[in-house]
Amino acid sequence: MAQSLDRLKESPSQTAGPYVHIGLTPNFCGIEGIYASDLGSTIVNDETKGERIELRIRVLDGTGTPLKDALIEIWQADAEGLYNSPAELRGAADPNFLGWGRQPTDMETGVCLFQTIKPGRVPFRDGRLMAPHITLWVVARGINIGLHTRLYFSDEEKANAEDPILARIEHRLRVSTLIAARQGDTYVFDVHLQGEKETVFFDS
Amino acid sequence: MAERGSNRAPETGAFFQRDRQWHPPAFTPGYKSSVLRSPQKALLSFDNTLSELTGPVFGHAMLGELDNDLIHNFANPGESAIGERIIVHGRVLDERGKGVPGVLLEFWQANAGGRYRHKKDGYLAPLDPNFGGCGRAITGEDGGYVFRTVRPGPYPWPNGPNDWRPAHIHFSVFGHGFAQRLITQMYFEGDPLIWRCPIVGGIADKAAIEALIAALDMHATIPMDALAYKFDIVLRGRRSTLFENRPEGN
Repeated sequence: MAQSLDRLKESPSQTAGPYVHIGLTPNFCGIEGIYASDLGSTIVNDETKGERIELRIRVLDGTGTPLKDALIEIWQADAEGLYNSPAELRGAADPNFLGWGRQPTDMETGVCLFQTIKPGRVPFRDGRLMAPHITLWVVARGINIGLHTRLYFSDEEKANAEDPILARIEHRLRVSTLIAARQGDTYVFDVHLQGEKETVFFDS
Repeated sequence: MAERGSNRAPETGAFFQRDRQWHPPAFTPGYKSSVLRSPQKALLSFDNTLSELTGPVFGHAMLGELDNDLIHNFANPGESAIGERIIVHGRVLDERGKGVPGVLLEFWQANAGGRYRHKKDGYLAPLDPNFGGCGRAITGEDGGYVFRTVRPGPYPWPNGPNDWRPAHIHFSVFGHGFAQRLITQMYFEGDPLIWRCPIVGGIADKAAIEALIAALDMHATIPMDALAYKFDIVLRGRRSTLFENRPEGN
């Protein structure tokens, strides 16, 4: 026998369940007075640099029905392509932009809205620039482990064409599942959990 | 730049690959809601980029005085939640056994009777007017955290005709990179419902299930006040950056 590697195993995931709002957006579900506001509900302020955009996101199940009990978190770079994170070593990100947001899907319509800015480009591991993108993390009842994906922008065709992650998608038909459609200042994005239009999810 | 909430230098190595045989798979038909909410196509794998290696960090300044006290954070002045008073404590570690400092933990749960304060919960057990059911904490330098609450009750749910969730507390954990993001559930040592639950049963490996069961910790109790449970959480570890581009790596 060789020595033990002394590694621990990651805690296994479990579903967030239907009452995820109690913990993560308590004011949204009527539990007021514990936190002043729901964490992640506001991403930009008046001083934030960059182009203001709205994300209009839905999450659909295998029948095409929108989930009304999902929760989405986004993580993105600032307008200059810098992350507001201690692990960002290239420079200081915009102090008026946290880069992270959290919203539940509406309990009636299933629509989830984020007011944010369009991110700048971030380098891939080899220094090539990735296309502007926002990382999405989706949890809900029935989802045993949070799903990671990315939202890219329909008006960034040239950048999308040279993006190293999009280039990894073998079935080219599926690239379109990661591209949000611009309508004015709003980008519309449907996450399909299952079926023909299934969104590309990541293991990274 | 030091990590917020810590004096350590930030790490930038890629995260260890997730063991998806250890986690529950997406499709676990015994848990009916997973049937139409599980992707059927293979995940796209790639080594972490900056988008996964970085993540938000929250300062201790965001915390209110009662954020980690569910017995009192929703209670009327001078009153407290009804139920078995418990301390829950532990450490957030990574797979290398290192404490993970300065990370936000959020928890939510039903009250002592198994009722959630949520309009979609129609269970006939009553709400407790002094219990909201949410709390949060940020880990200290050694990755430690603590909160107090009442032990949640089990509750029935519409899955099988007579399915009951074991007593549990939901945990949401941030690491230092967004790829470490994790939501899980803590169960209580000795609860016979654990081994009958289809949500727990989505995890194939018995050792993985046991990793979610908090142990009764008599050393951490407060005599004549509260029992205690210890629950450690493990996040993905990071590869060393030795031999990568940065000479100061490792």
